Amino acid sequence: MTTSTPAGTGLGHPELPALLARMSGDEKHSPAATSTLDVLWVLYDRVLDVDPAHADDPDRDRFLLSKGHGPMAYYAVLAANGFLDPAELDGWSSFDSRLGQHPDRLLVPGVEIGSGSLGHGLPLALGTALGLRARGRTRPRVVVLVGDAELGEGSNHEAIAVAGRFGTGQLTAVVVDNASDSHGWPGGIAERFSREGWAAHSVDGRDHEALHRALTDTRPDQPLAVIARVEPKEFA
Amino acid sequence: MTAPTEPRTRPMREEFTDLVGAALDVDPRLAVVLAEISADRFTAAASRHPDRVINVGIREQALIGVAGGLALTGMRPVVHSIAPFLVERPFEQLKLDLNHQGVGAVLVSTGASYDYPAAGRTHMAPGDVALLDTLPDWTVHVPGHPREFAELLSAALLTDDLVYLRMSERTNAAPLPVGRRFRVVREGRGGVVLAVGPMLRPVLAATAELDVAVLYASTVRPFDAAGLRSAALAATPDVVLVEPYLRDTSTAAANAALADLPHRVLGLGVRRDAELRAYGTADEHEAAHGLDPAGLARSIRGFLATSGR
Repeated sequence: MTTSTPAGTGLGHPELPALLARMSGDEKHSPAATSTLDVLWVLYDRVLDVDPAHADDPDRDRFLLSKGHGPMAYYAVLAANGFLDPAELDGWSSFDSRLGQHPDRLLVPGVEIGSGSLGHGLPLALGTALGLRARGRTRPRVVVLVGDAELGEGSNHEAIAVAGRFGTGQLTAVVVDNASDSHGWPGGIAERFSREGWAAHSVDGRDHEALHRALTDTRPDQPLAVIARVEPKEFA
Repeated sequence: MTAPTEPRTRPMREEFTDLVGAALDVDPRLAVVLAEISADRFTAAASRHPDRVINVGIREQALIGVAGGLALTGMRPVVHSIAPFLVERPFEQLKLDLNHQGVGAVLVSTGASYDYPAAGRTHMAPGDVALLDTLPDWTVHVPGHPREFAELLSAALLTDDLVYLRMSERTNAAPLPVGRRFRVVREGRGGVVLAVGPMLRPVLAATAELDVAVLYASTVRPFDAAGLRSAALAATPDVVLVEPYLRDTSTAAANAALADLPHRVLGLGVRRDAELRAYGTADEHEAAHGLDPAGLARSIRGFLATSGR
């Protein structure tokens, strides 16, 4: 497990529970609230080329959080990476806070899309990858995080098919699979993506080394899907 | 040797393809996003600009989502399909992938209201402008002539705004200068009739014998409240709105423009009280909605005759 403290904030992976507690007031967090935490940590710590000092650099990598509900882990990682002052986490979801229960790109530094309604992030990510390519910017990656139940939205399947057929190598979809879809996908989620022409890996979503290996296994002419399996969602 | 004639007026859809195809050659920010419709008309442009002519297939949610993503990288997406598939099917994508992300696009629809009558209800979207009215910041152009369309489209390509351009096969005999202001086409004192886009032709025919002012709008959002107000003050504040889409789409805007004046507003347009289950021709649909010259004359005369003043 990495213990680096990016952006000189002095805040690393061990500090994430305390950052989360500033929002929830709770030192213990359910798997549902933190299903994305390790993926987000590995992405921001070791994969994405993003930097609060150059948040608008056109050659930055793009991270799009499509699974916009439960963004506490996202805000905690943004704070650890210097995009947010940790003090701002305290007032989250209050009227004049920039940090809502769904993130808004026009309010929060480092947030690339406003999300919350499911099924919008992957098509936006595909368009972003196509736009970067059209502008001759072939270096930046576009990584979008979706939930397994969110994959039920037809808009995702539209984008999965198009990205596969276009061979959009700059695009990566991370599916955090907490087995919350009522109907599931025959053969598994990775199979669904690879049938459409994506490179796909299914890994333990808590294993930082496995996540890192999968997230960096990109291909020039194939989009990449990483299915990060975590504990099943707790249903009330 | 034949005498020189007026150059043939080309349909809006041909203006669209040619103009955008040429603009792709000079503006590296421009991208066209299609969902099969009209893809055949962009074959040459696509071979010159494979990265900037993007056909997503029959996938209208991806159509708008991809456009939003392109705009997030600073591109200027031009998005095109038949009105119901461009505005109604991916409506949440318009709301969230464009408006909510704070980015723009140029939406160009074909098949306005009853342009494709033989195709029936599935290919009609007379509610498109009313639906976009539920979102902020949209500029809505309803050109009444291909030359107006070309001018409005050229200007829209150069901005980052949210622009809806409603192409129609129904057109007026001649173009008028375009602009944000309603244009006074005819002076008169007995009332004001606002004709939107291709409704000018039947409105002029219907009001030929009436002492009313006729205004023309090729841009309907933002709504030129000042223009309507000064026309109403110069004539009589009895206002008739004639729109080629859903009746009363602009009635609230007209009432707001005249809020401090005793006034009356009659909204005319495509009926909203019943789904017209009929095929046939566009002329037959225009008549069925009371938008042909005879129907308009009846409605306008009746409205002005019942003035309480």
